[in-house]
Formats: sequence, structure tokens, C-alpha cells
Amino acid sequence: MTKHSKYITWFLGLLIISAILFVISIYPIESMLRWQSPFLSRCFFIIMLCFAFCLLRLMLGPSAADRAIAADIMGILIVGFCAVLSIPTGRDWYIDIAIAWALQSFIGALALAKFLEGKGFDD
Amino acid sequence: MIELAGYAFIILGLCFDLIGCIAIVRLPDVYSRLLAAIKSVVFGTTCMLLGTIIIKGLSATGVKAFLCMIFIIMTAPSAASALARGAHASGAKLSEEGVCDKYEDDKK
Repeated sequence: MTKHSKYITWFLGLLIISAILFVISIYPIESMLRWQSPFLSRCFFIIMLCFAFCLLRLMLGPSAADRAIAADIMGILIVGFCAVLSIPTGRDWYIDIAIAWALQSFIGALALAKFLEGKGFDD
Repeated sequence: MIELAGYAFIILGLCFDLIGCIAIVRLPDVYSRLLAAIKSVVFGTTCMLLGTIIIKGLSATGVKAFLCMIFIIMTAPSAASALARGAHASGAKLSEEGVCDKYEDDKK
């Protein structure tokens, strides 16, 4: 019984993810964003899908460590998001946001690790 | 022609990011989630920054993206190992399929 339910959930997840990717590849997204590049607007929406998965784990993670890991990985995803965003808009300061966010995410992850370990900040 | 190479790197990075973010939802355990997600997401983000460098060339954006790539490669795995150590100290359990816990044996 448990074996069959495992296969059913696997197939259901595959179906949902392929349906979302199909809708992203068919739907005319570039008219929503008013960019000239239809390829990079689809990249934009696929990274938004990655953010949705991280937010799902951040909401229903059973322990505090799961939430810390999801926040760390979202911080790394935002760096790539800003890098993709700087190509079609042609602005330089998105990369500045990426560098600042990488620094902030590293320090935040170290502070969360100290907090999970149960020590104070000075030992 | 050289923009196509940059777009190919961005597609590769997107595939790795999507696989890592599926793994963070699907896997049963804190440690397996961290192990599967951090490697693929760091590689995918590095590939996307490399595509940005190739498309933008030797300009201010390209140089800043290069610095950001080096910083990500250096700091993200160390932050992940600190998080794994903190998760073990906070008492996160292995799943039922977990085989052994060598770190717990070494602490005794």
C-alpha cells in the first residue's frame, strides 16, 4: 500500500511541474513585462517557480533547521535572479544589489547556525 | 554568436536551480535536503553569473558579476556546513531510511 502511494505522489508531482513549465512556455508572458526579450522573461518566471518551492518549505518545514536552510537557499537564488534581471533592462545597479545580498545572506546564515547550535554570539 | 553561449549557460543554470528547488521540497530529511539543494543551487547560480559575464563583456556589470561569482563560490558551502552543524546540535533527527550517524559516534 505504501509502495503504491509513493509512486502515485511521484507521478502527481511530475505532472504538476511539467504542467507549470508547459504553461510558462506557451503563455505570452513578455506582453506582461513589456520587455523586448521573450526568452529572458521565461527565465524570470522559472526562477519565480524556484522561489515558490523555497517558500513552500519555509511555510511547512517541521523544524527550525528546515526554515534556516530554505532561507539560505533563497538568498543564493536572489543573486542569480538579479544577474538575469540586469541583462534585458540594461541597468548596472541590479548587480550591486546581488553583491550586497550575497554578503547579507552569508552573515545571516552564520548567525542562524549559531542560534541553532544554542550558543551566544560571543563564544 | 557570443550571446548564444551566454544564453546556453543561463539555461544550464536554470535547470540546476529547478532541480535543487524540487529537491528541497521532495527529500525526507534535513541533511539530505541541504546536501542536494546547496550544491545544485550554487552551481546553477554560478552558471547564470557566467552567462551574464559572457553577454555583458568587459564592462562594469561583467566585472561586478565576476566578483560576485567568486564570493558565492567561496562563502556558500561554508555557510551550508555551519548550518548542518547547527542542525545536528539542535537535535534534528535522521529519517527512517537513514543508515548511520558517524558525527554522533565521534562526539562520544
